[in-house]
Amino acid sequence: MISHDLLIVGGGLAGLAAAMSADPKLKVGVISKVHPLRSHSVAAQGGINAALGNSPEGQDDSWEKHAFDTIKGSDYLADQDAAELMCRRAVPAIYELDQWGVPFSRFPGGAIAQRPFGGAGFSRTCYAADRTGQVILHTLFEQSVRRNITFYNEWLVTNLAVRDGKCLGLVVYDLASGKILPLAAKAVIFATGGYGRVYERSTNAYINFGSGIGLAFRAGAPLKDMEFVQFHPTSLCGKNILITEGARGEGGYLVNNKGRRFMEDYAPTAMELAPRDIVARAIQTEIDQGRGFENQYVHLDLRHLGRGKIEKRLPGIQEICLHFAGLDPADTPIPVQPAQHYSMGGIDVDKTCAAPIEGFYAAGECACVSVHGANRLGGNSLMEALVFGEIAGESASSYVRGSDFAGRPEREIAEEARKLQAKLQSLRERASGRNIFQLLNRLKLVMSEKVGVFRNEKDLREALAAISELREDYRQVYIFGICVRYCQELVTLIEFDYMLDVAEAIVLGALKRQETRGSHFRTDYPKRDDAGWLKHTLLTWTEKGPTVAYEEVHIDKYKPQERKY
Amino acid sequence: MSLTFKILRFDPLEEKPPHFEVFQHEPKPRDSVLEALKDIRDQQDPSLSFRYSCREAVCGACGMVINGQITLACKTQVESLQSDLVVVEPLPNLEIQKDLFVDMEPFWEAYRRVQPYLQPAGARPDNGYRVEEKDMEKVFQYVTCIMCGCCYSSCPVVARDERYLGPAALAKLYRFIKDPRDKRPFSAWREVDSPSGLWGCDTVFRCNEVCPKAVRPADGIEGLRRALIVERTKRLLRPKK
Repeated sequence: MISHDLLIVGGGLAGLAAAMSADPKLKVGVISKVHPLRSHSVAAQGGINAALGNSPEGQDDSWEKHAFDTIKGSDYLADQDAAELMCRRAVPAIYELDQWGVPFSRFPGGAIAQRPFGGAGFSRTCYAADRTGQVILHTLFEQSVRRNITFYNEWLVTNLAVRDGKCLGLVVYDLASGKILPLAAKAVIFATGGYGRVYERSTNAYINFGSGIGLAFRAGAPLKDMEFVQFHPTSLCGKNILITEGARGEGGYLVNNKGRRFMEDYAPTAMELAPRDIVARAIQTEIDQGRGFENQYVHLDLRHLGRGKIEKRLPGIQEICLHFAGLDPADTPIPVQPAQHYSMGGIDVDKTCAAPIEGFYAAGECACVSVHGANRLGGNSLMEALVFGEIAGESASSYVRGSDFAGRPEREIAEEARKLQAKLQSLRERASGRNIFQLLNRLKLVMSEKVGVFRNEKDLREALAAISELREDYRQVYIFGICVRYCQELVTLIEFDYMLDVAEAIVLGALKRQETRGSHFRTDYPKRDDAGWLKHTLLTWTEKGPTVAYEEVHIDKYKPQERKY
Repeated sequence: MSLTFKILRFDPLEEKPPHFEVFQHEPKPRDSVLEALKDIRDQQDPSLSFRYSCREAVCGACGMVINGQITLACKTQVESLQSDLVVVEPLPNLEIQKDLFVDMEPFWEAYRRVQPYLQPAGARPDNGYRVEEKDMEKVFQYVTCIMCGCCYSSCPVVARDERYLGPAALAKLYRFIKDPRDKRPFSAWREVDSPSGLWGCDTVFRCNEVCPKAVRPADGIEGLRRALIVERTKRLLRPKK
């Protein structure tokens, strides 16, 4: 059996950052269901936040101010000590990226350039044109080649093996061989990313099923604040490809069908650079009230920036518009609509990235520390993945070094693998049944229609009912394709089981939370309610369905105020 | 309108040789070839295997041959093909693992051989390096590369010499050579100063033609040749100790 001191699941930013910070003396492996460079981090565009104070008008910036903006942006649901930890470590983290070779754009004089982003008091977002995620992911991968890190690519993790609250290892489906393999590990870090494709309209890569979150849940790790789903204000209408907040940071306008910059009615000071929850709601309201175009979108107008600035600062956006919408943003406004983009919630971990299962850690979008609370600021996700990926690598390493691992768990992990094999075999032996791709499409439509930007009790109850119906139908699922190797039907079938848990957690958290906070807007409870709801939602998996509990938010310096922008 | 998709199928573990299978499929308006392939898989044959991830031409997973053109499936609009017949084949110059999945390992092996990471000298400056934007911009062309392998698959030199590093790896190296922060030693050139390295290029520029990100890898290869000659000359002129 393949055995490691530390197995990291996910080859995106958080996973590679964990691999880089792990003790090099340990036997470390990174498992990814795609080649690491195909991870969704590659699609991040606009930038990464750190209070470098490089911008001429932003020299007074500090990590404390970054922390305050993050906490206010979170609608005060972020744990303030966690937000401070990230913002303090953000500054040296950027210089480390610079040393590793990230080709950041520069200010005159040669310092790393910074652009304005939503909800931030200063120009704080470091960038490389509009390909920031791509260059950072590629750079971390380059460094992992230098370190000779072991990768297991195109392996899908299917189970987390746990005994008596202690992590033992993993079970994987190896796409190339078609085999189900047991793996032993003293510690495991999940850096498995978000669940965007639980939704029909999402900016996320096709592979973002979020099964990592679901299978940690099933193994006993609680999920935190799952109802907080970020809808990005500006996705390209139709394909829902991300159009970076950097487009507004560089000066782009949002315009309705009356030709009006409508953000004036929602955030008169910050305008287009209000936080994402506010801008997404504003756009959806304009569309719902008939001031959009074709009842589907509003315009993101970049024409006044001029062709030169667009080509220099937003070349990727121009390319996306040309190829996927057949328009040039230098000549034509971009049709945009909100789409699911990011998960603030995730696997419940503490500031060391430890989950309540011994030896099990999580970092990046799949985890919830919580830094982003009820709404994440643009430019904070790359930084969170980087900083907490590093912390997870450090924490897991010191756990492995300092713990006793008597008693070989191989038999139990192998048993888990056999169980999955038996399940798949029994599916193959069926004569007929449900098609997994149809079930997946049904789930996505339910989530986009009932659990979107605006929510209410009726829709949420209907969504819960639809999910339990899907669960029944999943029991009748059948494997139609005659294939064992590189079988994406099998991948979908395995992941879908966990997607149902993730979807249910989102809906249940949203139904219970009878208030409006950050990205979670209840039309039937349209006010924030600090007395009743300034607390984290914690869901724990049981055979009979998730149980719900609540946990205090860590608040020290900043008392909750009304958010005005 | 229903179109005919001819897709190459092959499983090296089975006896059947590579063969085309034909599917009738009506793409939705503005569908990419990737979206069409997914629908064909979901609705007609779930055993069809192909790589994909981002669907926005930035992850580099879905390189394949579409109506004879090496390109990304997600970036190719079905309508733009202006054809009732869509022929889909796996990337050439790489072995088929199954259907449209090819073994990218030789491509990654070449990537590793060029030492594809920044090699700065000395300690890290406290507040980051000072690099002028105009110098940084010189590497932007090359960092746009998404490592999809389209250039590698199109390269006639790779086709006849499996040791040849290929366009993407060499362009990656040039990205570091042009980076003012990189101070790699002269010995780092040894691996690429050979006919299977930067002297192998036939300058037929197939890589420039097929690159879905307009990287123009051949510019990088030419740049490497110039840079190596400059480095050599500098060493010749340097006074002996």
